[in-house]
Amino acid sequence: MSRMSLPRSRRIVPAVAVAAAAALVLAGCSSSSGGKKAEESAAGVSAGKADTPRLTIALVTHAPSGDTFWDTIRKGAEAAAAKDNIKLIYSNDETASDQAALVQNAIDQKVDGIAVTLAKPDALEDVVAKAEKAGIPVVGLNAGLDVWKEQGLLSFFGQDESISGEALGKKIDGTGVKHALCVIQAQGAVNLEQRCAGVKKAFGGKTDILYVNGTDMPSVKSTITAKLKQDSSIDEVVTLGAPIALTAVQAVDETGSKAKIATFDLNKDLVKAIEAGTIEFAVDQQPYLQGYLAVDSLWLYKNNGNFSGGGEQPVLTGPAFVDKSNVKAVAGFAAKGTR
Amino acid sequence: MSMTQHAEPAVTTPPAPGPKETDGRTAQRSTALRLLARPEVGVFLGALAVLLFFLITAPPMRDAGSMANILYQSSTIGIMALPVALLMIGGEFDLSSGVAVIASALTAAMITYQLSMNVWVGVLLALAMSLAVGFLNGWLLVRTGLPSFLITLGTFLILQGINLAVTKLVTGNVATDDISDMDGFSQAKAVFASSFDVGGVEVKITVVWWLVFAALATWVLLRTRYGNWIFAVGGNKDSARAVGVPVTFTKISLFMLVGFGAWFVGMHQLFAFNTVQSGEGVGQELIYIAAAVIGGCLLTGGAGSAIGPVFGAFMFGMVQQGIVYAGWNPDWFKAFLGVMLLGATLINLWVSRAATRR
Repeated sequence: MSRMSLPRSRRIVPAVAVAAAAALVLAGCSSSSGGKKAEESAAGVSAGKADTPRLTIALVTHAPSGDTFWDTIRKGAEAAAAKDNIKLIYSNDETASDQAALVQNAIDQKVDGIAVTLAKPDALEDVVAKAEKAGIPVVGLNAGLDVWKEQGLLSFFGQDESISGEALGKKIDGTGVKHALCVIQAQGAVNLEQRCAGVKKAFGGKTDILYVNGTDMPSVKSTITAKLKQDSSIDEVVTLGAPIALTAVQAVDETGSKAKIATFDLNKDLVKAIEAGTIEFAVDQQPYLQGYLAVDSLWLYKNNGNFSGGGEQPVLTGPAFVDKSNVKAVAGFAAKGTR
Repeated sequence: MSMTQHAEPAVTTPPAPGPKETDGRTAQRSTALRLLARPEVGVFLGALAVLLFFLITAPPMRDAGSMANILYQSSTIGIMALPVALLMIGGEFDLSSGVAVIASALTAAMITYQLSMNVWVGVLLALAMSLAVGFLNGWLLVRTGLPSFLITLGTFLILQGINLAVTKLVTGNVATDDISDMDGFSQAKAVFASSFDVGGVEVKITVVWWLVFAALATWVLLRTRYGNWIFAVGGNKDSARAVGVPVTFTKISLFMLVGFGAWFVGMHQLFAFNTVQSGEGVGQELIYIAAAVIGGCLLTGGAGSAIGPVFGAFMFGMVQQGIVYAGWNPDWFKAFLGVMLLGATLINLWVSRAATRR
């Protein structure tokens, strides 16, 4: 099995050639523009450190791994943890049953508090009750606005997806737009469907829904291109995530469509696109704030018995609009990946 | 899959599928029937049926620009489906091919940005990385004798984790930084992600590369010794070794070819979209394998062609976009996709059966 059928040297020659070429290029070719060198040194949000007893808090989300939006939530939570002398345990799983198992895992570790997203609340109901029975305070964030109170959570930080969808719908309604296309990057995701339903409800014109495969950008681009071609009356593209919006810009460009683009959620490249005017505006739900407040509220509860939102009302972090008029104020923070 | 025993006799020379073959059996049938029996003809007819179907039901499909869009989508699948098909003919799977595309793009983007280098530095080092991953897959396979399904499932998970963890470690974010303002970007974009005008229709360069690679792969399969080796190791590894086919070299190099494909598509994604999210690519490996299988490559190895997967990828791209062009209820999208693919594959199967029946 281990015998090679070609002389070793014949296989090594190309490898050496590639390595040599790479070394040559490395030696000679620094980029004169862009890159790390051009990036400003980014100091994170920092506010000293509390001298309260060390706590352990678990943040359990339904995030897919490697998504810019969820990374921002995590950064907010980490910032709060650093300030509040908290050890943060972050875990995530898209599958509801696996997310429930992660919450159980946190209970088993006897953490001092749990922050959880309730995207599929029924699947998490039992395990949340278990945590409360074990005397662990639980707060909700991002998803679960309708159920946080009945499940006995202390507070909730997030936005109402339907209301934010309606806010976007209302905003484009007054601009002479007649036919909107709402692009969903994960078929069957409740919060995404709610956003598009909200847009449809508040927008006076016609709203179509388009499903794309969010894990494959060339396919996202082709599919939006195809839809714009199929129906040339579409004059507004609404996307539900920043990377999808940036791809939609290319699709609109190439089809020669006159459609404008609005999106939910921000990242640093999207901020640049708003500055450049290729994207009209973004509905920001301030994910950093969600992560930060969720962890910070558990610290306040543990150390001072406070309830954010008074235990009655959710704490809304959105919808906030970012457009050309206020994008400058956000740009610096977005570049650091915290807004 | 190659580990199962084959009943058929040892393949010492490739089945050499080609009209030139004139042994007694095929000579008894007409040229038309012989042509129909070839796997890529079946998929060609299947694709033609799907095309006609959508030309009738989806008026926007009749526009040349729509065809360019479909070809673009097909090419990003098809460029990867080619080496995946060759590997499959050689008797192995690669489940890591989907995330390998993203791994390559991430490597190039991060090296370029973090070291403030000319983008070509990142592009070349990403190539080295992709070939190394392919080599590792192949080397583990021949060293351990484990099924490629298990080994590449392992590398699939490892790469998925590394993509996320290293990106986060290096950039502090889960997506790479925009490199579109860096030296060499426009050159690289011209190679990997540009487009050109054909009679007023914008055609993506990936379509050209796709067809060039397909022609190259066809030539290698049918006209070179290496092509013979691929068929031989996929048919029966032990007999192939017994007659002097370098099995180890063939298998490892096939995995490295998949690495090359992943690099190429990864570079396209990087230069077309400027940044890469580290979580992308999962699930694409199945689409590449599907395109190869629809294109007539046997799941068990030893048979197939390079031109079949071209039509397989084309059919996939056509169904995916055709549903949108037709303006059907998007709730049903995935179900439509599945039905169309099954239907097309059945036509393919039926044609080749009808043609080989006597």
